[in-house]
Amino acid sequence: MAGVPRLPGGAPPEKRLPVSMERVRTGTAPALRAARRLLKPPPSPFPYTSPTWPDSVPREPAERDLGVDYDTDWARRYPARVARLLLTEVVATPAMAALADPQVAGLDRIAHLDGPVVFAANHASHIDTPLLLSVLPEPWRHRTVVAGAADYFFDTKLKAAAFALSINAIPIERLRVSRTSANRAAGLLQDGWSLLIFPEGGRSPDGWGQPHKAGPAWMAVRTGRPIVPIHIEGTRNILPRHSGRIRPGTTHISFGRPIRPVEGDDPREVAARLEAAISALADEHTTDWWTARKRAAAGTSPELTGPGGAGAWRRTWALGERGRRSRRPAGGRWPKL
Amino acid sequence: MPRPGFVLEVDRSTPPILTWHGEGFRLERLPAERSRVIYAPEPVAALDDPDQAVQDALLHPLGDSPPLPDLLRPGMRLTIAFDDISLPLPPMQKPDNRQRVIEAVLEMAAAAGVDDVVLICALALHRRMTEAELRHAVGDRVYDSFAPHGLLLQHDAEDPDGLVHLGQTDKGEDVEINKRAAESDLIVYVNINLVAMDGGHKSVATGLASYRSLRHHHNVKTMRHSRSFMDQEHSELHSSNWRMGRLIAAAGVKVFQIETTLNNDTFPKQMAFLQKREWEWSGRDRATYLATSKSLSRTPPKLARSIFQSIKAPHAMTGVYAGEVEAVHAATTAAVYEQQLVSVEGQTDVAIFGLPHVCPYNVNSIMNPILVMCMGLGYLFNLYRGKPIVRQGGVAILSHPTPWAFHPVHHPSYIDFFEEVLSETTDPIEIEKTYEERFATDEWYRHLYRTSHAYHGVHPFYMWYWGAHALEHLGDVIIVGGDPAAVRRLGFSPATTLTDALEMASDTVGRHPTISHFHCPPIMLADVS
Repeated sequence: MAGVPRLPGGAPPEKRLPVSMERVRTGTAPALRAARRLLKPPPSPFPYTSPTWPDSVPREPAERDLGVDYDTDWARRYPARVARLLLTEVVATPAMAALADPQVAGLDRIAHLDGPVVFAANHASHIDTPLLLSVLPEPWRHRTVVAGAADYFFDTKLKAAAFALSINAIPIERLRVSRTSANRAAGLLQDGWSLLIFPEGGRSPDGWGQPHKAGPAWMAVRTGRPIVPIHIEGTRNILPRHSGRIRPGTTHISFGRPIRPVEGDDPREVAARLEAAISALADEHTTDWWTARKRAAAGTSPELTGPGGAGAWRRTWALGERGRRSRRPAGGRWPKL
Repeated sequence: MPRPGFVLEVDRSTPPILTWHGEGFRLERLPAERSRVIYAPEPVAALDDPDQAVQDALLHPLGDSPPLPDLLRPGMRLTIAFDDISLPLPPMQKPDNRQRVIEAVLEMAAAAGVDDVVLICALALHRRMTEAELRHAVGDRVYDSFAPHGLLLQHDAEDPDGLVHLGQTDKGEDVEINKRAAESDLIVYVNINLVAMDGGHKSVATGLASYRSLRHHHNVKTMRHSRSFMDQEHSELHSSNWRMGRLIAAAGVKVFQIETTLNNDTFPKQMAFLQKREWEWSGRDRATYLATSKSLSRTPPKLARSIFQSIKAPHAMTGVYAGEVEAVHAATTAAVYEQQLVSVEGQTDVAIFGLPHVCPYNVNSIMNPILVMCMGLGYLFNLYRGKPIVRQGGVAILSHPTPWAFHPVHHPSYIDFFEEVLSETTDPIEIEKTYEERFATDEWYRHLYRTSHAYHGVHPFYMWYWGAHALEHLGDVIIVGGDPAAVRRLGFSPATTLTDALEMASDTVGRHPTISHFHCPPIMLADVS
């Protein structure tokens, strides 16, 4: 039988009548009643909101899922990798080429390497990471994770997801010694992922380098993978720390000869070699390779950390051209009165 | 595991064989049952960590040489000499072996506190290299460190103040080499060994020598008595260089020789079909061949030349040996033979050589008719050990467009040699006797060699002498697809197709001749029994 089905022995379904204007006017129509229920504040927050926790009852320890505990596995699955590949090739690389005009040297020193490596660079600006990712050659270009400060990049879910997706960041504890994050990074190296890390642990506050932490060296010693020292020059002039304004400029990225730790090496000694290698690359950039090698051999390469014990102005002064970022507004604008 | 070289006996099922033709190639069907194709061994494995291998070689030298760091001290004069643009072929992808080795040597020199360091490109009578070419060879780091200070030099074989005469060998050969190198406390020579002829004492005794010295072994007699000059035991060129090298050592010049070997991985992946056996071509290879050959046939020669000259070979370092010259060269030669030797049984009546776009003397330049002769009869013909692949009185068929074209900057004396000398005679003895000295001492050629990028005035003569052994050995030389006028000027016979050439060859070697097709590049060395 066509039409409304009937249950055996049951009453026929009620025939629905059009809603009268009277019921609309008085607000007794069902749709209006539902809308009003939604808009009307509930009589009490609970159960519409989560209940308050009685002080007398001890809380269960909350399951942490941010900071160093943020799980980034999803960001290394294929959908995320494809999205990141597009982001890198379509957005980041052209943007970096336009903003930072990267001049890359020394790729020949890593041409014969294969397998995962630890890329360790000096750090002066937030654009260091996208810049390096935009110039990394194959086979590392799309198979590198970036060590990001757990307390900075992974403090909210939105930031954590954004950085995990866009730059393949993994959280690294930088404020205290933590084996959790270091073990995770070492595990990824063993799984074939390369690691980009900034051994200084943060951006330079004044243009000079900061003392290196031993984490990258420890990971390299543990996994037996080479460390590639990288020196970046010029990014601070584009986007220094504590500044939100980007000024296009030229950057120079120098890849150094890989350091190959062997089992039993002291990570602190490897870290010192890494720091010396990056210092020599910086020296090579400002002088020439032969001069830099002679000074490196004599142990007289200029230190990346700048003049120790000097006042702030002297440190800035000693930066010379490298630290110059004109404060004068472009175009001679009038001050805002 | 790379496969060794292979000799294919051609039958009716054999596909057409790839034959180089200058800036292009053709597929040629060879007569069945009497032809064979000689294929090169596959590329041997590259060193896993070439930089580490260089370090190891410098620290553990061969022969009676101490490790390099023990030879370096503050206050000494160190000269690093290196091979010029004629090696390797095609030029290798960056980083070049020379860069790797020179950087390693300089690292040790820096550690030892050596300040007086000069780099010299050992180009003998070849043209001076351009900045881009030098940068490619030694790398930007070395170039930027030395060139701006005038410490990266190119050997000048005509500089009267820059040469020193060290004496004469027991055969009366003058030994005159670069003064800075001779007066250094140590010469470190950085070599790339592409073929067995390179390296050893030839590096310094030829690369840093003057015309006065070179004429003793770059002459018709020496070439005719080098059978071949890839075979040290039977090479008068080798013997002469060895005599000179020993005199250099006896004169107190200390040489630390570093030689590197390459595999024969010659073409980038996109052109992999060029070094595959034809029956193993995939669909992709066939498509690439068709696309490449069809488009090249419609490409203006100048554009085709620049496309081919831009090819950088993916050659990889397979070995590095350092220390005393003769011990080093023995190890290097063994490595070169391991890569290049192909066992070939007996000789044939005819040999076919497809000539590629590049020879040692036209990198970034034009392969003019004289270089066509030199490449075919000087180099490819001489890539044998034992005896040539073609019998005495046989015929060599070269395949090359042989344009009547010269690079006016690189090869000025070649133009005059072609117009003035070859129009009179093609006999090497007559040429040597009548014309050589005039070209060798011509002030204009000398000026261009010293200040521009020109090969020395005598260089086209040497190219002609390079083929003197083949000219004496062969009954006829036919060039397929060449400019008939240019081919006739060379004294050879032009043919339009390979079939025509084989028909013409039968006039010299009889009907139904046996044929060898030398499938080169990649480079190989026929070990003919």
